Amino acid sequence: MLDDQTSKQTFTRVLARRRFADILPKLVLAPSFAITLVFVYGFILFTGALSLTGSKLLPDLTKWVGLTNYERLFDHPNWWISLGNLAIFTCLYITICSVLGLALAILLDQKIRGEGVLRPIYLYPMALSFIVTGVAWKWFLDPGIGLEHVMKLWGFESFSFRWIKDSQFAIYTIVIAAIWQSSGFVMAMFLAGLRGVDNEIIKAAQIDGASNWTLYRRIIIPMMTPVFLSAFVVLAHLAIKSYDLVVAMTDGGPGTATWTPALFMQKFTFGRNEMGMGSASAIIMLMMVAAVIVPYLYSELAKKKSS
Amino acid sequence: MSFLNIQNLSKNYGTVPVLKNISLEIEEGGFLVLVGPSGCGKSTLLNTIAGLEAINEGTITISAKDVSQLHPSERDIAMVFQSYALYPNMTVAGNISFGMEMRGVPRDERDRSVKQVSDLLQIGHLLNRKPGQLSGGQRQRVAMGRALVRKPQVFLFDEPLSNLDAKLRVDMRTEIKRLHQRLKTTIVYVTHDQVEAMTLATKIAVLKDGVLQQFGSPAEIYNDPINMFVADFMGSPAMNLLKGKMSVTGGKTQLMLGQNEERCVSIDLKQTSAALKIYKDKDVIFGIRPEALTDFASASYNGASIVKVNCLIEVVEPAGSDTFAITKLGGKEVVARLRADANVQAGQYSDLAFNLDKAVFFDPTSQLRIA
Amino acid sequence: MSSSQSQQAVKMGFATRLLVYGILLIVAIFYLLPLYIMIVNSLKPLVEIQQGNMLSLPHEWTVAAWSSAWSTAQIGVEPTGLKPYFLNSLLMVVPAVFIATMLGALNGYVLTKWRFRGSEIIFAMMLLSCFIPFQIVIIPSARLLGLAGLSGTIAGLVAIHTVYGLGFTTLFFRNFYEAFPTELVRAAQMDGARFFQTFWRILLPNSGPIIVVTVIWQFTNIWNDFLFGASFSDADSQPMTVALNNLVNSSTGVKEYNVHFAGAILAALPTLLVYILSGRYFVRGLMAGSVKG
Repeated sequence: MLDDQTSKQTFTRVLARRRFADILPKLVLAPSFAITLVFVYGFILFTGALSLTGSKLLPDLTKWVGLTNYERLFDHPNWWISLGNLAIFTCLYITICSVLGLALAILLDQKIRGEGVLRPIYLYPMALSFIVTGVAWKWFLDPGIGLEHVMKLWGFESFSFRWIKDSQFAIYTIVIAAIWQSSGFVMAMFLAGLRGVDNEIIKAAQIDGASNWTLYRRIIIPMMTPVFLSAFVVLAHLAIKSYDLVVAMTDGGPGTATWTPALFMQKFTFGRNEMGMGSASAIIMLMMVAAVIVPYLYSELAKKKSS
Repeated sequence: MSFLNIQNLSKNYGTVPVLKNISLEIEEGGFLVLVGPSGCGKSTLLNTIAGLEAINEGTITISAKDVSQLHPSERDIAMVFQSYALYPNMTVAGNISFGMEMRGVPRDERDRSVKQVSDLLQIGHLLNRKPGQLSGGQRQRVAMGRALVRKPQVFLFDEPLSNLDAKLRVDMRTEIKRLHQRLKTTIVYVTHDQVEAMTLATKIAVLKDGVLQQFGSPAEIYNDPINMFVADFMGSPAMNLLKGKMSVTGGKTQLMLGQNEERCVSIDLKQTSAALKIYKDKDVIFGIRPEALTDFASASYNGASIVKVNCLIEVVEPAGSDTFAITKLGGKEVVARLRADANVQAGQYSDLAFNLDKAVFFDPTSQLRIA
Repeated sequence: MSSSQSQQAVKMGFATRLLVYGILLIVAIFYLLPLYIMIVNSLKPLVEIQQGNMLSLPHEWTVAAWSSAWSTAQIGVEPTGLKPYFLNSLLMVVPAVFIATMLGALNGYVLTKWRFRGSEIIFAMMLLSCFIPFQIVIIPSARLLGLAGLSGTIAGLVAIHTVYGLGFTTLFFRNFYEAFPTELVRAAQMDGARFFQTFWRILLPNSGPIIVVTVIWQFTNIWNDFLFGASFSDADSQPMTVALNNLVNSSTGVKEYNVHFAGAILAALPTLLVYILSGRYFVRGLMAGSVKG
């Protein structure tokens, strides 16, 4: 009887411990989950709500204005300038980074003596802050002391390069600096991809009589499709978020010539106290990022599941 | 009373059942082998015994104590994993003594036990190495050492030899058997290799799709398979299973193999059980192991009911100790196991001897044993 | 592995090879040029930049610009140099990296070795959070920091960077632990180790490479951040990047280019150092951060 009692108690204790062991992992994950829920998804909802209000300097969730902010946004010339710049920036940035990255990776993959020195040289800009990059390029492209000045000192009196001061061309100087910063990274991605190509495929192609050019054009570069895709996603994502570099190089100038959506959001929310419109622009940015990221992640996960 | 007792055990992953109402028992000091094709649930069953996976129904008792709800470390068991699962950041000695450390065993006692076990397994010289510096066989020994040092009531082995090369596997198999004979500890051992199962086990449990097919001694499993699956799974090369028709004419029972008249072979069955007679004029599956289908010289002195059939030999595979001959009976490929020096040649007819003492019969629809 | 491929793939003539080296060298010069300009001009007196050639070496070598950038240059209203802001960045980076890495490791452990119903969805939600444009959270974050009394403080920046670093640290550790043998965790359980013991004694000691990758990734990102720093700090708590931008873009007075360059190098130094010391892990982090799943 007594024995029965004790064994019953032991059993309940065992069960209780087991139950605690079952919820412990959930307890450990809970804070991070709660943080993500509030600080990411909650905040997105909050910003979304703000974009439907007439908030000016401070958040004001009592003045609902419907989609007015979005209408005003898409009526505003600065927003169209921002979108236009983003389009120019994104296209050039992604295309040139990919082409340059792939070309460098292929050249570096030719059993180059000194690869160990060259590779870090191509890649180090990625370690720098966009602000540092911006400072370096801002002064290097400055007509008064930079490239133009240097060329004139070297005797090319008629040489002129003042894009950074020219509202039509200033955005392209930002593209140059951004490519300088990121193309090495794309090179590293492609290099890793090239080194993953099965050696036997290359041997087989050579036995089939493929020249080096054909080998790359017909066999190796098509095998790099997943790398292109990854590079595209990373670069597009960086481009949409581009803010630091613009601030450091031109701060949107000359005038409003180099505004981007990220800059627009910041300037309207905190500079012009148009929090409602600022929120609306942030929501549009989120949609643009989601349009790139969500299909990509979805296909990656689907690929994983099927394998 | 049995020592390890599993009763009516069921386990589901969500709504998918993976183990269905399994009951097994093994006596103290026994060697139970769980065998079956991959995905049959044998490893899951082992994990439930270990407590690494929870069960939905049933009980597991070890030495009359219900352990179904206990944490793995409280079940008085030890396990050797397929990948050995040695902690890469600890030395061999650290690996072996980690469990004792977790249980708060004092250091000098731990050292003593490590010494004892390492002497037993002859790994004393490896104690200060990391697992990464060991060969496959050495890792296997360390993994066994980690299990042995706990002096558990039951050892669990999860396909412990599958990562070793062929030669080492045979050596370690012998070693495990020797160890078992010496320590006399109960063992539950999972493998997909039926040779391992036959050589090591005192009891074999054959599983398929989460259902226990047959549970018995190796000889029972091999000679008296309960259904076609067990018959086919155990033995290498596999048992020949041929479709045939029973006919009884004038007290003489015959088995016709093959439908097509010209390639039809008929075999006289000298002794027929009553169960088989019911299948008169019906289809049966005739099962015969390759060693019961042999050249005449080898067969003549080990069977009472030998039947001679003249067969066209299609392929001859000399294996050194034996020669395998592949022929066709009733249109289906059949493997015969002959003497190494048997005089057979591909493309020629030879007389093969059927030892019908060893033949088994199955129902084609239920796949269950008839006789 | 890689070199054998190149041996196979390429049999090219001397002229082609020369061309390849030529291109690679020219591109290398393009990448090095801004660094060269920053270093060389930070060691010149200001007049040499204004009147001389930006690409030539200094006639008169001087570290005056460096000491000015570090301790006396005008940042905002105070002539403090970048020193206090460098300290701000350190005070912000160290705890943020440590906390986010620890939490990421624990999350990765749970998400791979203690899966439960819904844990995959939680992971997917955390993964998605890595990609949001931070503009979307700036306004509510500012509001919340204000309510918590943390606006304009380093503690507030630590909190923000921890929160928004969590997705990536979790991703890194989850992918690493995904490949970590589950049998080791089971063996530890058999040996009597419980949840945290298994983590501390088995998982963490074998996580060296991924810890390095994560720490480098977090360190670089947080050190180089500008958006959060500019949005949530005040004059006393500004991180290095914000201070550098103020130094360079202050509209008053003569533009001291040499001081700007010296400041830029100071701001770049910690991450460059990390990159030089552990380039391999740096690249791995970038890759892991880009090729998800």
